[in-house]
This record gives sequence, structure tokens and C-alpha cells, in this order.
Amino acid sequence: KTDWALGGCGGHKSPVLCIGEEQPKNCFTELQVLKGHFDIVRFLVQIDDFRCASAGDDGLVLVWNVETGERLQELRGHSQQITAITTFTCSNGLMSHTSLITASSDRSLSLWDPDTGNRVQTISDLQSSVKCLLVLERLCVWFSGGEELCVWDRDFQLQCHRQNHSDTGITALIELPKNCIAAAMDKEISKRKILMRQGCLILTICVIQLLFPAMSFSDGLFASGSHAGELIIWDAIDWNILAYEHILWEESQTCAQAEIRLAAPKPSEMSIQHLTTNGKLILAAVGSGLYVYSILTKTVVAYRKVAHDSNVLHTMLLSDSELMSCSEDGSVRMWEIQELPLTAEPASPGFFGMWTFGRPNKQTGPPTKKVVDVPNIRTLELTGDLIGHSGAVQMFASFKENGLVTCSTDHLLILWKNGARQSCLRSLALFQKLEENGGL
Amino acid sequence: MIGSPDVVAFTKEDEFGQNNPDPWSIPEEFSIPLHPLADSNPWAKTSYAKFTKDFILISEFSEQVGPQPLLTIPDDPKVCGTFDLNYFSLRIMSVDYQASFVGHPPGSGYPRLSFVEDSRVVLGDSKEGAFAYIHHLTLYDLEARGFVRPFCMAYVSADERKIMLQFQELSLRFSQASECLKAGNRRAFAKELQRKLQDLEYTHSVLQREEGLQREAGPQCMYSAHAVEKANELANVEKSIYEHRDLLRQISCYHCRPRRDPHAVTCQKCMTQCLSECEALLDKYAKLANPFSYTDKGRKREDVQSPTDDGGGGKGAEEDEDEGIKRRSSYTPQLIKARSAKCFDKRLKTLQELCDEPFYEATMELLKETERSFRGDLCYLHTRRMDKALRRRQRITNFLFEEDLGDEDEDEGGMLRPFCAVNHDLDNYTILNPPPIVLGPEPVELDPLEPPDPLDPASETSHTQESELVLEEGNLDSSPSDQTLETQESSEETKGSFSSDKSGTGLAEKQQSLASVRSELPDPDSDLTPDADHNTDLERESSSEDMDITAGEDEGDNGGDQTPVSLLEVVSELEASMEDNCERRSGIESDLLVPIDTACCMAQEGFLYEASAPEAASHLDQSSHHQSSQTLVVNQEPQSLLPLQNDYAVGSLCSESPAAGLELPVGLLGDAVSRTTAEDGSDYTMSASTGSDRAASPLGYGGVVTLRQRKRAGHVALRFVRQYPFAIQALWCLLSGRTLVVLGADEGRVRRLVAALALFVPGPGKCGERVQAWLSCPFTLTDLKRWKLIGLQRVASPVGSSMLYSLSRYSRYISILDADQKTLRCPPYRGQLLANIADHRTYIRRGSTYFLHVQSTLCRLAAKAFLFTFTHHLHLPVSSTEGPEVVEGRRRCFLQEQLGLGEEDSQILLYLSQLVTQQYLQPPAGNSAVAPCFSFNYTTSVLYKI
Repeated sequence: KTDWALGGCGGHKSPVLCIGEEQPKNCFTELQVLKGHFDIVRFLVQIDDFRCASAGDDGLVLVWNVETGERLQELRGHSQQITAITTFTCSNGLMSHTSLITASSDRSLSLWDPDTGNRVQTISDLQSSVKCLLVLERLCVWFSGGEELCVWDRDFQLQCHRQNHSDTGITALIELPKNCIAAAMDKEISKRKILMRQGCLILTICVIQLLFPAMSFSDGLFASGSHAGELIIWDAIDWNILAYEHILWEESQTCAQAEIRLAAPKPSEMSIQHLTTNGKLILAAVGSGLYVYSILTKTVVAYRKVAHDSNVLHTMLLSDSELMSCSEDGSVRMWEIQELPLTAEPASPGFFGMWTFGRPNKQTGPPTKKVVDVPNIRTLELTGDLIGHSGAVQMFASFKENGLVTCSTDHLLILWKNGARQSCLRSLALFQKLEENGGL
Repeated sequence: MIGSPDVVAFTKEDEFGQNNPDPWSIPEEFSIPLHPLADSNPWAKTSYAKFTKDFILISEFSEQVGPQPLLTIPDDPKVCGTFDLNYFSLRIMSVDYQASFVGHPPGSGYPRLSFVEDSRVVLGDSKEGAFAYIHHLTLYDLEARGFVRPFCMAYVSADERKIMLQFQELSLRFSQASECLKAGNRRAFAKELQRKLQDLEYTHSVLQREEGLQREAGPQCMYSAHAVEKANELANVEKSIYEHRDLLRQISCYHCRPRRDPHAVTCQKCMTQCLSECEALLDKYAKLANPFSYTDKGRKREDVQSPTDDGGGGKGAEEDEDEGIKRRSSYTPQLIKARSAKCFDKRLKTLQELCDEPFYEATMELLKETERSFRGDLCYLHTRRMDKALRRRQRITNFLFEEDLGDEDEDEGGMLRPFCAVNHDLDNYTILNPPPIVLGPEPVELDPLEPPDPLDPASETSHTQESELVLEEGNLDSSPSDQTLETQESSEETKGSFSSDKSGTGLAEKQQSLASVRSELPDPDSDLTPDADHNTDLERESSSEDMDITAGEDEGDNGGDQTPVSLLEVVSELEASMEDNCERRSGIESDLLVPIDTACCMAQEGFLYEASAPEAASHLDQSSHHQSSQTLVVNQEPQSLLPLQNDYAVGSLCSESPAAGLELPVGLLGDAVSRTTAEDGSDYTMSASTGSDRAASPLGYGGVVTLRQRKRAGHVALRFVRQYPFAIQALWCLLSGRTLVVLGADEGRVRRLVAALALFVPGPGKCGERVQAWLSCPFTLTDLKRWKLIGLQRVASPVGSSMLYSLSRYSRYISILDADQKTLRCPPYRGQLLANIADHRTYIRRGSTYFLHVQSTLCRLAAKAFLFTFTHHLHLPVSSTEGPEVVEGRRRCFLQEQLGLGEEDSQILLYLSQLVTQQYLQPPAGNSAVAPCFSFNYTTSVLYKI
């Protein structure tokens, strides 16, 4: 009688690395399950050091206290799923107050006060639903991107708007220096300059082939990742391509050609799902793999081709050597960039092969660069994983020592905490209460 | 007899009590007697008594037959053995010190009710070897001589010292029961008075009408003997009306008089309710003083009553005028013969009929509770009390391994507060909106247009109507708010649906099926009989379980709730009442009552006999009813028999039908638990008999209440330990907070294992809510957080595969005990702490011994956890210069060197400490939105095989 595999990873089909149950570097030894949503939870935003807001397909926005796991507020108002959420901090002199801006499929935008749970402002009857939000706090304006790009001020007054031509609309917005923003629309990036005095936008369009959602911003540079696995570093000012990396699986390296033909990489397997940076490194989630790209050396410093069983949905660089990723397979994994022990892993030259597609609208050819300096490549070592969700982990937000919040398609949020620290805090509370009660 | 030398003087021994002056001194009960008694066996103290254990006896001094025993608690003839209850009743009734007087005091024209305080006395019967605390009380009965019926409740024990030392508490508890009984009796008495007044007024009006007719007929009739007789009768009736009205007034001012009895604490709520009710009645009957014709009065009262008494019935009644009114006229007054029946020619009410139903039940519950709490000898009581007192001081760590103290302690704590045994929430509506006439025993009137064939007693209409009546009353009883129209209507709907298709037999079937369903519920530890070696043999296991089920059924049938019997009673009473109906109509027509037959006396004997010996009585009762239905004497007196029977039928259905028991919310766990204890206490019940009851009760300490259950759990746990070499690892998992999943295909085996292992779950919750005995769907993380011990069904299906997936997915959080393949997958444990409770070569052979052994070990653990949790410097820095590492080092040092615990053993203590901390920090209300934490650690598991 065959029994199920108890070994944790024995039953998995793919050769995903398995850390096992012994995880000395994993400090998350306590969890709290936060219930409240009725549908997929897609977004998490950090409000301040101890509060975060979660939003999802049920149109609810819940505000949580991360320290206690308490649900502080329930922001009801949207009738359909929430498509974007961001914080909006207004500092008037001494006090700074953080609000939440949410956009929903019911084509409305709302401003919430997370302290009271009030809906401060609402705009409904938009022409289309908003897909992304960008707040420029120093200018006290914010943008909503969808099929049209709108500029709003802090009082929810429409400053200007511009219709788009593309089908999918704006999928991402980032801020650039010199009062510019960049918007990713379908296959192009548009750069708009904000001239507040005139109240309108001067825009420069720079067409790049096959650009897709995620982008990130660093000092004078920004990066874009595409559906086809292209990673491009742009100069934010003069709009040049500084580096081009086409991340692709080494099909030629694998043994059986026929199988490769059959299992040709699906678009999602090589699309860049998520990009994040800390100024020195860019972390790209490509399919179910992770790539760490150094901006300084313009090379991939570490990678893990199959980091998860399924697509990676969100990543974060915790420090220069630590990173975290979550995936559709329902797990969160923590990685460490380690020096590669020599000849531990046979390096594969030409892994990042050069691929030129010769698209007609391509302005500049990607700078060709081969990864030849193999010894420079370090490895991503799995230091721990968090298993708890029964659905894809959509996003996570780290609160440093206060813990980590993950949200998932199983309608749950899980608050992961350092058990030792929590136990210490509880002891503190115990003795405080003991003192209040005057003994046992 | 009053000066009987056996009446024992009560002396209080000062050194006994809760606050023992010297905690280290051995109680006297433990000390070895220097000079053993003649019959050298110190344990056979009760050997010369003819009963085996203490019991409560309720007796009455009947004006017809003298002292007689009514019932015993526990209700088991084996308890009394050969002890002569009749003789003992004579003894205890003969020391009645209640200062009662009967009849008319000089100066008042009306009979007076005597208000007497209860008396308490301790009596010993050295010849019988019986000692008793006796509590005398007096109940009111309209038909009794002087309107009083003397009763007494006695706590009978073979140990004189026990009674003397427990006198205060006995007195208190019996006072409570007595007050409760008396309160119910006053209500019943008021109702009876009301009924009687109605009858009298009706009679009055009829007589008046006749007199008027005579007067019209001419003066020649004026002075005929007949007319004089009529006039006398009228005067008598009027006098009687005044007398009864005065009685009603007296009973209503019962509460106003001062009480001398210090124990007589009455529930304020009951009192005010009763008072207001009586006043309302008084008001009502003060108005009816003017003579007017019955029809007017009837119409008028109908108008007055229907909105108030009938609840929402009024609306419907207006629609179908005549019929509705006919049906809802809740009590039809009857003609009363001028010369009321005297002493021996009537049947006296039973104790149950003398008291309002909820009050009676509450009293019985109180007495049962009393009996339960005084079980065991003095030594046992003493240790248990000390144990409780000690445990109450350890509230902080109690929740870990101790069983719940239960609410009886709260009773003990708040002993002297006004106490009311009646649950006011339940019967709120009856009291606030008193429809005494509606609730009163009233046969449904048959349609006069279609008189049922008296030769066909089982005619369909009467059946349906009677069951309708029963159900209606059930509805009234159960629905807490039928003041509103809607609920009343809905209850009528259900009633209608029942009456349409559910005849008496249908009802019976339903109840039977309910009973069988109940007994077929899976039994967690059904075959714990030591001979059943079911570890390997599946077949034998299943067969033994079958046997258990049948045994449970049998037991359920003749033990607790006598379902079939009560149904039979209903049926036979239908017939009888129908009989009465026809006959009463004929009686009304002829305007004369039939002379009394001896049949009612026979019935009375049956009832009384039943009260004293219920088991035999069920058969006798049955047969007597059969008899009555067979003989079908036409000339029975309706008044005396009819209401009583209906009362009885309704009461027995309400109280004893298993359906009603099943309808009880699960929250009433205490009830179920108390029932099991009651059964468990009788040593004669079969070992498998309580299975059906226990099935509903959850596991863990909250569920394992009785000593016997604990013994069983200990037995299974011991067998687990002896059988599996990796038991120590399993116990370690439970104690260190790692959820243990018991996986198996066979439900019985898994449940048994879970039941045994539940002993080791720290902080299992009041009702064992951290233990899930049997789960057959995939579990989630939330379940893991909630349950620490899970019995999981192994199934070979898609469901099973998803279950296995969840098992392997969450494998880092759980340990898996495979009951089929006898493997355990869990982190390795190398500690020594658990070696002495999980030694599979242990010399302990008995489950109870092992249980106590485990208890003591766990108790020590809890003490260590307490010490660890509340030692400040082990958790927090002493000075500001210390970092967390220093504290950590100190903690480790404490655990390893001072407590001598290894790495894994420390985890146990850390987990217990965490539980203690959480419990301490928990807000008292416990109603916070914060989800509980779930801690774990990342360690590798290994697979243990047998």
C-alpha cells in the first residue's frame, strides 16, 4: 500500500530545491491568521510602522494592527474589486497624516482616513477603471492611470487628463526626476513632464519594443521589464538605454531537444513579473525564477532559475544580501546571496544568451554583453520558507522586526512573527499586568 | 414518637471546615484508628446498613394511608436494597416539628391557610443502621384536609458523622430545594383555586337560573323541599366562593409575612412574579362577585381573555368565530356538587401535580445535585473539598491539566446569595404572561356536531386532536416569546402540520427513530472493556461495537426516558379522556353527577405506587391504563381523574421524551455531563451502557468528568504507552505544543487513541475544544491553530489525496501518528522528563493508577511552568545594560541546570509557560478581535516505527 510522501518535498514534480524542515535562519516561528476578507486579497500597503491595509477582490479595505493582529478598521464603500491602493501622506507643518487612496473596478476613486475609517472623498463615474496610482507627495498631486491618465490634487480636483491610445491602458506609473513620470502602456513607455504652473503635461514618447508591467526607479535611472524577459536600464533624463539584458532559459544546454520543443517556454515562464530595487541591485522575478542584477557592474550577480514551483508574484530586497519572494505556489521564500563555492555549481556560460529579434521599431540595439565572468556569479541560497497559505501568495509587506504580512488568494492574511521576540514582549506584558494587579 | 431517643443532637465541630488551621496536619479521616472496631474492616462501615449508598428519600404523611415513601434519589431500587422505606418513612414523618395548626382559628369565618416554616432534624435509627437529615415541609392542596399536605425530604446515610459534619450544607441545600418546591406549589395552588372558583361561579349561575325558573313557575313550588334544597345549595356555593376567594388572597400575601427561617432565601423574581400573578387573579375574581348568567359571563370573559391569555390567538379567533372560541375557551367550568367529596373517596394529588412543572423539575435537579455532591464517604468529601480549595488558589495554571472546577463551586462560593433553581430565561413567558388556564389541563373539546363513537376509542380525530394538544402545549412551553402574533401563528402552523399527518403512532415512530439515532452516534471509547483486544482484530472490534450499540439502546429504553411507556400512557389517556368527555356531556345534560366509582381509587394506587418505585411502576402503570381502557367504566368521576391525567400526560411528555432532550442546545453541556455522572454513579450499570450518552460529550478534561471516564482514558492511554515504543515522542509532541494528527481508516480506533491522548493536551479548553476527535475533510492552517490533537480519517479518494496533500504541506507544523501502519513522524525526542509516564515497560497495570501517575507528573510540570513564567529575571533584563543574550543565557541556565531539562524538555516548559502567559494576559471578557497566535519551530522530523 503506497502511502503519501511525508518528506515535505518528495512528492514534488519539479526539481525545486527543498530546504527541509530545519531552518535555523528562519526567525518567523509564530504566525497569526488574520481573517476578514471574503475574496482574494491582492494588495497590502504599509500605513505606518505598525499598521497596514489590505485590499482585494471583495472591495473591502481592512486596516490591521501588525503588532497585535487586531483589525482596526473596515473600510467599506467599493462595490467591486479593488484595482489599486496607495498611501497618501500629507504633512501640514508639524503633523503628517497618512490617508489611503483606493481605486476600484466600479470606476470610482476614494480617499480614506485609516484612523477613523471614514471615506473622506469619493469620485465615481470615471470613464474607465483605474489600474495604477502614483502619488507625488512633494507636489501634493497624484496620478491615476488606466485608459486615461488623470492628474488630481489633494482635494480630489481633477487637474488634467489625457486619453490614451493603447488598448490595455497604463499598467504602471513611476516617478522620474525633473517632475516627470513614466507610464508603461502596453508596449511602450511614455514619459510625461509635469509643469505645474501651466497645469498640463508635456510628454515625450519613447517607443521600446515589448515592454511590460513592472518597473522600478533608482537614481537617475530606471528599469523596465518586459513580457519577453527583457530587462532594460534606462537613463531617466536623456532617455537612453544604458543596459539591456535578455533573460532566457538555456534551452540549448538541456539534454533532450525534443522535450524542449514540447515544453517550449510559455510566455509567463520568461516574463518579468516583478521588479524591485534598492539602488544597487535589481531583483527581477522571471517566471518562477529570481535574478539579481547589479546596476554597477551591469551584470547578473546571482540567479535561481527555478526558485518557486510556480510564478513569482512579488519580491523584495531586504538588504544587499537578503531577499524574499512569494509565489503562486503559496509559499514565501527567503534567500541569501552567497558567494559561490568554487565549482559547486557548474556555471553555464551563455546562459544569458544574446537574442536580437530585429524588430523594426527598435531604436537602439541592446548592448551586447556576454556573461563570461563566471566566478563573479554568486548563488541564491534558500534560507527559509514560510508555508501557510493554501492559495497563491499575492503580496507581502515587511514590517522589519514587527513581522511580515502576507496576503493570498485563500482570502487570508498571515502575520508572521519572530517567536522569540513575541515571547519576550508577552513576558513584558505579563509582568506589567502583574504589577498592575499587585501580584497574583 | 416525637420524643424518640434517636433524634440526634446537632453539634458543630469547630475544627472542621474550609480553612484548615494547619495545612500539614493529616485530617482525622486519614489517621489509623488505634483500636479497630469489632467488625475489624474499617471500610465496611456501612455493612450493617441495608442500603448500599446514601440516598435522598421524599416521603409524605398522607391523610389517607399515613406515612408513605414517594420517591428516592437516585431513582434506583437497588440503592435502597432491602431497606424498609415504608418503615423509615414512618420514622421520619413522626419527628415533624413543624408548628402547624389546621382549620378555623377563632374569630375568623373562613378557613385559614397555615404558614409554617420548615423544620430540620437529624434522626438516627441504630437498628437499621440509618441516619438521616430530615427536612419537613408543608405544601398546599385544595383538596387536602386543612389544605396542607406534610412532606419531608430526607438525606439518608449510614454514616452519622457525615450527616453531622455536613449538616449546614445539607440544611442549606435542602432549604433551597424546599423553597423551590414550595414556590411551585403556591403557583399550582393558585391555579387550582382559580379553576375551582370558575367552577363555583358556573355552578352558582346555573343554580340561580334554576331558581329563577322555579320562581317563575309559580309560588306553589316556592316552598317545596326541592326548592329549599336548591336555595341551600346556592347559599353553600356562595359561601364557598367567598371562602376560596379568601384563600386566594391568603396565598397571595404569603410573601408578605416575615420569615423566621434563616435559610429561607427565596428568589426575588419568583416572588414578585407569583405575587403579581395572584393579585391579577384576585382582581379578576373580585369583579365577578355580582351574580350574572353564565353565558354573559362566559362571553365577557372570552373577550377579556383572548387577547391577554391566549397570546396571539385572538386574531385568529375572530376569523373563525364560533369554532375558534369553542376551541380556545381554555377551561370549561364544571358543575360542583354541593357536598364535596371527603377524605377517602378522592384521589390525592401526587407531589408532581402539587407543584408547578418547572419548579418541580428544578427541585428534582437540585436534589439530584445534592445527592451527587455528597457521594462518597466523609474522607472522600473532605479530600475533594480540600482539593478544590487548593485548586481554586491555582487558577493561573489550572487550565493546563486540571479538569474544570465547574460551576458547583460557584454555588459553594455564593452559597448564601438568593438562589433560584428555576431558569427564568426559559419560562419567562409563562410567568410574565401567565396563561394558567391555557396551560391548565384541559381536554380539547370534541366537536359536538360529530360525537365520536365511544366504542371506537382509537378514532382518528381524537388522536390527532390529542396529539395536537400535547404539541401545542409543547410549543407553548418551548417558544420563549409567543406574546407576538407571528410566533403564535407559526407555532400553530407547525401544530397543524403535525396534527395532519402525525398521529400518535407517527409520533412514536419519530421518537423511536430519534432514540435510535442517538444511540447510534459514534462512541469514542465504547469498547474499553478490558477483554476486548481490538488492537489488531478489526472484526471483533466492529462486532463488539455492535454489541455496544444494542446495549446502549436497551439501556436508553428502560433506563432513562421510558419513551414507549409514556407514549402508551398518552394513548390510553386519550381514550380515557375522550371517554370522560362524552360522559361529562351526558353529565351536564342530566345536571347530575354520577356517583363516584372505586376506579379512581385504583388509579390513585397505581400512581402512588409508581411514585415510590418507578421501574416496576412503568409496567404497572401501563397495565392499569390498559385495564382502564379495556373496562371503560362509564361512570367515572370526571373532575378528579381528568385533570390529573392530562397533567400527568403532558408533564411526562415534556420532561421525558428524548426529543425534548435532543432539542436542548449543546451549550447545556453541564446537563449532559450531570446525566452521565448520575448514571455513572450507580455501580450496577453495564460498562457499555453509558456509551450513547457519552458520544455527544467532547473529549479532554472538559469532557472526561467522572472518575470512571478518567479511568477509562487512563486505561487506553496506558495501553497506548505499553504498546507503542514511540509513545514518549507522541506525548512530547502534545506537551510541547506540536499538533498531533492521528491518522487512521477506522474511526473507532482513531477516536479511542484521541481520547487517550487527550489526557496530555495542555489547556484543552473547558469542553475540550482543542481536540478534534474525528475529522474527515482536509484541514487548513486555521484548524492547526485551533486544534492540538486531531483524529483524521484516511480515505482513498480524491478527498483523501487532497487531505494527504494538506498533510504533507503542513508537515512542518504537525506530527503524524499513523494508527494503521503504526508509525509516528515527529521531531526526535531524547529527553528524560517524560520517561516515567511513557515507559512502555511500565509496571503500572491499572488505568486509574496510571491516570493518577500521569496527573502527578503533569501537575509537577505545571508547577514548574508557573515558576518559570513568573520568574522575572528569566525573561527580562535585570539592568539596562543587559542585552537579550544575557537574559537568554540565564533562561537556558535555569532550564538546564536548575530544572535539569534538556533541549526538548525545555520546549515543553516553554510551551506551557507560553500558555500560562497567554491565559494570564487574556482579557477577562475573552471577546477580542485578536486572532490567537500559533507558534512552531523549524526542526526535522524522523519517522518512528514500531
